Amino acid sequence: MRAPDTNEILLQVEGVALAFGGVKALRDVSFNVRKGEIRAIIGPNGAGKTSMLNVVNGFYHPNRGVITFKGRTRAKMQPFEAARGGIARTFQNVALFKGMSALDNIMAGRTLKVRRGLLWQMLRYGPALAEEAEHRRKVEEIIDFLEIETIRKVPVGRLPYGLQKRVELGRALAMEPDLLLLDEPMAGMNLEEKEDMSRFITDVNNHYGTAIALIEHDMAVVMDLSDRVAVLDHGVKIADGTPDEVKKSQAVIDAYLGVAH
Amino acid sequence: MLYREAGQFKTSYAEDMAIFPIRQDRIALAVLLAIAFVGVPLLATFHIWPFRTDYLLWAILLPFLILALAAIGTNILVGYCGQISLGSGAFMAIGAYSAYKLATGVHIPLAWLGFAISIPPLPVLASILLGGFMAAGAGILFGIPSLRIKGLYLAVATLAAQFFFDWAFLRIPWFTNYAPSGSVNAPALDFFGMVVRTPVERYLLCLLFATVMAVLAKNLVRGNLGRQWMAIRDMDIAAELIGIRPLYAKLTAFAVSSFIIGVAGALWAFVYLGSWEPLAFSIDRSLELLFMVIIGGLGSIMGSFIGAAFILIAPIMLNVIPTELGLPLSTQTITHLQFIIFGSLICYLLIKEPHGFARLISIGKEKLRLWPFPY
Amino acid sequence: MIALGQFLEVLIGGLMSGVLYSLVALGFVLIFKASGVFNFAQGAMVLLAGLALVRALDLLVANGLPLWVAVVLAIGFAAVIMAATAWLIERFVIGPLVNQDGLTLFMSTIGVTFVIEGAAEMIFGSDVYPLRLFPTDAWFLFEGLFPGGILVNKLDVWGALIAGVLVAGLAVFFQRTKTGRALRAVADDHLAAHSVGIPISWIWFVVWLAAGLVALVAATVWGTKLGVQFSITFLALKALPVLIIGGLTSIPGAIVGGLIVGAGEKLAEAYLGPSIGGGIEYWFAFVLALAVLLVRPQGLFGERIIERI
Repeated sequence: MRAPDTNEILLQVEGVALAFGGVKALRDVSFNVRKGEIRAIIGPNGAGKTSMLNVVNGFYHPNRGVITFKGRTRAKMQPFEAARGGIARTFQNVALFKGMSALDNIMAGRTLKVRRGLLWQMLRYGPALAEEAEHRRKVEEIIDFLEIETIRKVPVGRLPYGLQKRVELGRALAMEPDLLLLDEPMAGMNLEEKEDMSRFITDVNNHYGTAIALIEHDMAVVMDLSDRVAVLDHGVKIADGTPDEVKKSQAVIDAYLGVAH
Repeated sequence: MLYREAGQFKTSYAEDMAIFPIRQDRIALAVLLAIAFVGVPLLATFHIWPFRTDYLLWAILLPFLILALAAIGTNILVGYCGQISLGSGAFMAIGAYSAYKLATGVHIPLAWLGFAISIPPLPVLASILLGGFMAAGAGILFGIPSLRIKGLYLAVATLAAQFFFDWAFLRIPWFTNYAPSGSVNAPALDFFGMVVRTPVERYLLCLLFATVMAVLAKNLVRGNLGRQWMAIRDMDIAAELIGIRPLYAKLTAFAVSSFIIGVAGALWAFVYLGSWEPLAFSIDRSLELLFMVIIGGLGSIMGSFIGAAFILIAPIMLNVIPTELGLPLSTQTITHLQFIIFGSLICYLLIKEPHGFARLISIGKEKLRLWPFPY
Repeated sequence: MIALGQFLEVLIGGLMSGVLYSLVALGFVLIFKASGVFNFAQGAMVLLAGLALVRALDLLVANGLPLWVAVVLAIGFAAVIMAATAWLIERFVIGPLVNQDGLTLFMSTIGVTFVIEGAAEMIFGSDVYPLRLFPTDAWFLFEGLFPGGILVNKLDVWGALIAGVLVAGLAVFFQRTKTGRALRAVADDHLAAHSVGIPISWIWFVVWLAAGLVALVAATVWGTKLGVQFSITFLALKALPVLIIGGLTSIPGAIVGGLIVGAGEKLAEAYLGPSIGGGIEYWFAFVLALAVLLVRPQGLFGERIIERI
C-alpha cells in the first residue's frame, strides 16, 4: 500500500445525473480522482458503475452535472476528445478489434501519437518509417511488460479471454493516458490470472504514475489495490473513503446484504 | 529450396515490419516481378508461346491488371474499413469521364455570370490522376452518409451513387462532348512524348500503375491509417474511445478507395476499351468488383489480385474445359453456370474462410513451413 | 382542368406502381424483422417464383388442362419451389452464418442472388415469358370531369387489392398464430428464444418460406405487367429505397414507402424530367432514400436503435 503522490485533483465529477427514458441510471453523483491514485468504484449489479465510466469518457452525455478533467470543465464531449485529453478505457466485455493481431491492436492505441500524415504513411520512407519503428519500440515495451511476447502476431479473436483482457490493457496503455478507466479488469479470471492482473495494475500505477479508476466485484482485490473507494447503489453514491472506512459503513453493508430500501 | 525461416534473424523492428519478412517470399516476389516486367514483354514482342497472338495480353492480362487495381480500391473500403459499397462501378465511371473531359479540354459556360471556365486539354497522365482525384471527391461526398448510417443502409447510399452517375453520363451530353451516339473515344496515350499504342506497351503501362499503387496501398494498410480503418471495421465504438475520429478514418477510406478506383476507371476507358459508353461501368461492374474482393480475400491487397484473376479466368475455363472434353456449352449456359459458381463460392467462403483465397494460401504456407511435421 | 386531370392520372399511376415495389419490399421486411438479414436476393426470388409459375402454367395449358386447374397446379408448383429454396438457403447459408455480423450476412445474400438467378434461368429458361393472370386493360374514370377521363390500369387495382390482402394476412399471422409469435420472439433475441425451446432453424425456414410466397405473389402481378424476365431483378432493387424510406422493420412502412417512391418518381419524371433530360425515374428513388437517410436514418416507421457497450 502506497500513498498517492499528491493530493491534486485530476478528475472531478460534479452532480452528474443520467437517465434512459424513465430509467434513472445515475442521480446526482459526485466524486473525484486524484493524480496518481487507484480509485475503485464498487456497488451491486445495476448500480450505475459502467454508466459512470461511460459518462467520464464521453460515450454517454449526462442530463445534468459537469465534469472537470485536468482543470477543464465540460458537459458534453465526444469519446475521441476524451481520448485526446488523456482518458483511456477497457471494457467489461472485451472490446478489441477481433480481426487484427495483438500487436496491431496495441499499435492502434498509438493513433493519437502519430504525427506523419497520409502521404508520408503511403510512402513509408525515411521519417515515416522511423516514426513507425519508434511506435513499434514503445509498443514492444508494453508487450514485454504485459508478458504477451509469444502472441503478438495472433489475431486477438483466437486468444483466450484472460489474454484478450491483457491485450486490451496494453492498447489502453499505448495511449500513455493520464487516467485509466478499467471496467471489471478481472471478471471471469482464475486466481492466478487475477494476481497477474493486479500486479500489472499496481505496476502501471507505480511506474507511470497513471491514475486508475476501476470497477471490480472481487472485494479482496478492491481493498488490496485501491487508495480510495466510492460505492454506488441504484445510481446514488452511498459511501466514499479509504477501503477501511468503506468497509465499516452501515449503508454499504445494507446495500450488499440487501436491506429493504 | 525448402520453405524455412530458420536462421533468418531480425535485428531491427524495420526488418520485422517488411511486407515479406521471410526470404523465400521475397525471392518468389522478385521472380514474379521479373517475369511480369521483363519476361512477358519479351515473349510478347517476339510472339513466342504463349504469346503467339495478342489474345493473352488483350483478353486476360490487361483487364486483369486494371480490374485488380479497382479491386484494391474496393478492398480498402469494404475489406479494410468495413463500409459496404455497391457503387464501385460509378466511381470508375467518374474517373473515366473526368479524365476524358480533362484530356479534351473543359469548357463550362457561365453565361449568367458573364464568363466561362475554360481549361485547355491536359496531358494524359495528368488527366488520369486528376480523374482519380475527382472520383475521390465524389467518394467523400457519398461517404458522408456513412457517418450517420451503417452497413446495409450504406449499401443503398452507394447504390444511389451508382444509379445517379449511370444516368448522368448517359443523359447529360456535356460529359460526352455532345457525341451523338453517347459513345466517346480516348485521346492518344501520349506520355511525355512517348505514345502508347501496342498491346505490350499498354500492358506495361497498366503493370506500372498496378504495381506502384499496390505498393502504396499496402504501405497505407499496414501503417497507422490502415489500423484506424480496421479498428472502425471491427468495432467502431471502441475505435472512437482510443482516439480514432470516425469522420477522418471513414472519409480517408472513401477518398483513397475512390481515388484508386477512379484511376482504374480511367485506365479501363483509355487503355483497355479505347472507346466506351456508360454501360461499361454499370452495377454489374460494381458487383463484379465486390466478388473479386470477397473471393480473393477481404482485407488483403494480394487477395485483390487473386480475386481479379479468378473472376476473369473462370468463364474462360468454363468455355475451354468442356470443349476439350467434347461437351461444348452454349454461351448462355456458361453465363448461368458462372453465376451459380460465383454465388456459391461466395457463400462458401463467407462461411468457411472470410479472408478468401489469400488466407487459404497463407494457411498453405504455414503448413509448408512446418512440413513434414503437422505442428 | 386538363392540368389537374393529368396530375391526378400521374399520381394514381405512381401510387399504383408504388404498390408493386411494396410487394417486393414486404418480403425484405419479413426476413429483416425475423433474422436481421438484409436480403439482397428478394428480387431474384421474385424472378424464380415467376419463372416457375409461368413455365409450369404454359406446360400444363399446352397439355390441354383447363385454365383454372392449370393455374392452381402451377401456383402450387411454384410454392413448392419456393419452399425448397427457403430450405436450401436456411440449411446451407443462413444457418451456418448465425451470429455473423450484418455485413457478412448481406454479402452472403448477394451470393445467394447469383445462385438463384443462374439456377432459375438454367432450369426454366431465360426468355421473356408473358403471364396473363389479371386483366391488363384500363378504366377511364371521371370522364365527365376531365376531358378523356383519368386512365387507371385494372392490373394496378388488382395489385393494390392483393397487397392489401397480403398485409392483412401477414398481420394476422404475426399476431394470432403460434408460429407468428415465436417468430417475433426470435426477432427480439434469437439466443433467448432458442433457450426457451423455440426451434430457430424451423422458424427461419418459415420466414424465408413466407418471403418466398410473398415473392410469388409479387411475381404474379409483376409478371402480368412486364412478362416474366430477368430485368425484374433490377426493378426489384427499387424495393431497397422503399425500405429505407419506410423503415426496415415496419410492414406499414413498406407500403407507405412504396407509395411515396412510386408517386414521387412518376411525378418527378412528369414535371422535372423534361427540364433535366428525362429518365430520372432511374435514380429518383435512390436519391430520395439518401436524403431520408441523412435526415431520419431509421426511416419513417422504423425503430430507433440505442447503442450499448
